[in-house]
Amino acid sequence: MTVTVKSDTPVETPDSVTAALGRERSSAGLVVKRFLRHRMAVAGLVIVVLMVLIAICAPLLAPHDPNRIFDSFEAAPSADHLLGTDAVGRDVLSRLIYGSRVSMSVGVGAVAVYVVIGVLLGLLAGYYGRWVDLVIMRITDVFMSFPYFMVILILVSVLGPSLLTIIAVIGVLAWPMIGRLVRGSVLSIKQSDYVQAAVTLGYSTPRILFRHILPNALSPIIVNATFGVAQAIILESGLSFLGMGVRPPAASWGNMLSEAQSITVLSSQPWIWIPPGLMILFAVLAINFVGDGLRDSMASR
Amino acid sequence: MTITKPSEEQAAPSTPDEQREPLLRVRNLKRYYPIRKGVIARTVGHVRAVDDVSFDVYPGETLGIVGESGCGKSTTGRAIVRLETPTAGSVIFDGTDIAELSTARMRRLRTDLQMVFQDPYSSLNPQIRIGDLLAEPLIAHHRLDRSGAHAKAAEMLKIVGLPAAYLNRYPHELSGGQRQRVGIARALMLEPKLIVCDEPVSALDVSIQAQVLNLLKDLQGEFGLTYVFISHGLGAIKYISDRIVVMYLGKVMETATTAEIFARPRHPYTEILLDAYPEPNPHLRDRERIIVEGDVPDPAKPPPGCVFHTRCPYAQEICKTDVPPLTTGVHQVACHFPLAIEKLATEKAVS
Amino acid sequence: MASYLIRRLLIGIPVLLGVTVINFFIINLAPGSPADLYLSPTATPEDVARTEAELGLNQPIFVQYVRWLTQLLHGDLGVSFQNREPVAQLIGDRIGPTLLLMGTSLVVAYLIAIPIGIFAARRKNTAADYSVVGASFLGISVPHFFLGLAVIYLFALQFGWFPTGGMLTLGRGGGFVDRVEHLVLPVTVLATAIAANMVRYVRSSMIDAFGQDYIRTARAKGLGGFTITNKHALRNALIPVVTVIGVDLSALIGGAIVTEQIFQWPGIGLLTIQSIGSRDYSVLMGINLIAAIAVFAANLLTDVAYAVVDPRVAYA
Ligand SMILES: Nc1ncnc2c1ncn2[C@@H]1O[C@H](COP(=O)(O)OP(=O)(O)O)[C@@H](O)[C@H]1O
Ligand SMILES: [Mg+2]
Repeated sequence: MTVTVKSDTPVETPDSVTAALGRERSSAGLVVKRFLRHRMAVAGLVIVVLMVLIAICAPLLAPHDPNRIFDSFEAAPSADHLLGTDAVGRDVLSRLIYGSRVSMSVGVGAVAVYVVIGVLLGLLAGYYGRWVDLVIMRITDVFMSFPYFMVILILVSVLGPSLLTIIAVIGVLAWPMIGRLVRGSVLSIKQSDYVQAAVTLGYSTPRILFRHILPNALSPIIVNATFGVAQAIILESGLSFLGMGVRPPAASWGNMLSEAQSITVLSSQPWIWIPPGLMILFAVLAINFVGDGLRDSMASR
Repeated sequence: MTITKPSEEQAAPSTPDEQREPLLRVRNLKRYYPIRKGVIARTVGHVRAVDDVSFDVYPGETLGIVGESGCGKSTTGRAIVRLETPTAGSVIFDGTDIAELSTARMRRLRTDLQMVFQDPYSSLNPQIRIGDLLAEPLIAHHRLDRSGAHAKAAEMLKIVGLPAAYLNRYPHELSGGQRQRVGIARALMLEPKLIVCDEPVSALDVSIQAQVLNLLKDLQGEFGLTYVFISHGLGAIKYISDRIVVMYLGKVMETATTAEIFARPRHPYTEILLDAYPEPNPHLRDRERIIVEGDVPDPAKPPPGCVFHTRCPYAQEICKTDVPPLTTGVHQVACHFPLAIEKLATEKAVS
Repeated sequence: MASYLIRRLLIGIPVLLGVTVINFFIINLAPGSPADLYLSPTATPEDVARTEAELGLNQPIFVQYVRWLTQLLHGDLGVSFQNREPVAQLIGDRIGPTLLLMGTSLVVAYLIAIPIGIFAARRKNTAADYSVVGASFLGISVPHFFLGLAVIYLFALQFGWFPTGGMLTLGRGGGFVDRVEHLVLPVTVLATAIAANMVRYVRSSMIDAFGQDYIRTARAKGLGGFTITNKHALRNALIPVVTVIGVDLSALIGGAIVTEQIFQWPGIGLLTIQSIGSRDYSVLMGINLIAAIAVFAANLLTDVAYAVVDPRVAYA
């Protein structure tokens, strides 16, 4: 079937068209360009990348084994222990470096779990509508009724605190925001002609959902997930601080801070609690700036 | 909008004859949208978007559907490709009533029934390159492997008059007319029998409209396609259709060949439509225009009797109470007092 | 509007039921038998079985749920495993301090956030505006426990201005001044996060409002700067602020738990942590349920408030 059509008038020439549209960029390129204009977001991204590198290279960077107990406990910073030692005699700097692994894995792990759950349920609710939507939305309402920190705290304590429990619990409980977001996007995207065209072309429902709808609903998911990583890091450190998270001897920024619940540590050994506190603050702040930059650069494409 | 006729003589309109089987038979099609209100979202009424519509489409012809915006043309078109499930009635395509078909069985039939959408800006997925967009139907239906599908996509792009370089572009890098060509190419990928074109040129610049219409015509000849061509303007319809269905407020007012409709309209509504259409014939220009009074009624509360009686210059008492049936035959009309065949001739004589 | 209200309330019934189901089953995920808590460690298996029977713990879980729900509908939250006190009474004793802490923090947050948000919006894209935005980012990013420790370190331990914790000084009788002194630091911690969040909402909605036509009309009519800001823009800034409160109750409760722990503030948060420590699941079940109902009500209220402010919502 090789036919060429002889139209009366020539087709608009490609050159004239691109000229009219200006130098066109793919939409991803546009987002990158706008993001790079956001100075704080770029700074945040640099910090996040550094922290991820620290987490990955922890064994190379840490001066000591984070669990090794030295004779000098509660020792002030020195050449040997740049940030001193804790109440048991472990090197604070090494624990700080290893602690980044916990924060990064909770941030990424928990968010990955709940984004998957939220996206699936949101897609189903938005695409099928009717009773599927009704049921999923009511479940969402139920989950949104629980004060999340309290219910996560209780659930982790019931199941027994550990890194995996925290990831699982946050992952299972925190999906409703994403679910609602995705549902909202699907509701509008499924009305679009290109999805209607996909239906008339006889595409399967999974193909329509994952190839035609989801990629067009991605921006708000990415923005929300970025803020979610910061949230999850705060949640984990809060749980660990309360003794309901990552348990010593494993090092987490949150459980390092919990030593400062003793007045002596708080008042006279600031090297034990200020560094992990600042690490959490920097990590969360950096991620929030990245999220803010993404939100601005992805808005109204 | 004026479309100048091509220099060559228009092909003789294919008149439906009794021997030929229609490809598509729409019978008593209804699509009502419920209006919900209150605590339990009770249905308090219906928008009668399409209300008892019947027509046939014969293989190889172009059936035009014309009517003012909101009269149910798109809904009819969408019901034909089963983007809408009819409230009642049947859509018999190639001997199968697709109004009744399960989603799974319908999916297999969909390859024969395609649609070209009105808005070329929203009908192409912005995230997918043109090449992938065109290859996808073949891959999804396992007709060809990836490389085969892409080769076919390149071929089809050439057929619709776009350079192969466009395979790697995203839709936003194309102009409206170019996108509509891609939309047409995509509809052709599965080699369908029938294509519903829902106002395919309405969103385009006037200068581009003729090109796209010509493309559709050429493709029809090459591939033996059958079109249902929807438009709110008579220009495009007249240019491309063999037969025309005139719709008003969800109902068929008149059906006839294009030549018949333009030469001898029998429904007062058709006459009004023609009157609003700029006539190329200078003799008819200064003919007294029929003034249409009032707005189109709300399709949720259509008037009783003939739906057109509220705006009809010739309405009588019976028009307010009795629904005029659509006559049968080659020239069908739903009117208690159809215009006399000679009317136009007399008018000409007067002027 | 009335039918929207009724519909929202009807939808709430299955949601509340779902809340009770999830709440009940979370607690039943706990390993071991609650009966253990009633008995000395030397109890025989027979003792355990007998106690379980007394408590109805040997019945199918569904039967236990229905029994618990029935009690609940009679206002009975059960008794503490730990000291056999009614859970409702335990919560009742602790709710006052928590409401005091949260309420004061909310009011303080509003008093700070609204003027600062308006100020930043009026000086959009100036150094002052950037500082406000930067500070608000800091405020939403700092964890309560780190901020809490920092203010104790500075204002209680270094400067000695305020007490390190508790609600009143034992032995000094706890006069008004004493109570206020105890309230300052925990409120600072809790209000910081709320205010930081709220500032951004107020700022952006005020910027939107300033861009509206009628504000410009009002300006053109010669209405002075502050009148305009107040009358027109404030009303329009109301909508997002209303939502922030609703969304925040969940976060507020989370913040209160941590803050109460740090400052040993004798409220629900501290009760939660103590109950977790003693594995007193009947108390946790009660607290979680009450908190969930509160958040549910706040969400409902927010939706309704939204619909009142913007009636189009009701018909969406
Ligand atoms: N999904 C829908 N829900 C409710 N009413 C609709 C829907 N789609 C179309 N309508 C109504 O049905 C009528 C016919 O619409 P349509 O078929 O799009 O008309 P046309 O294509 O002729 O302009 C209009 O009054 C329109 O408002
Ligand atoms: Mg239409």
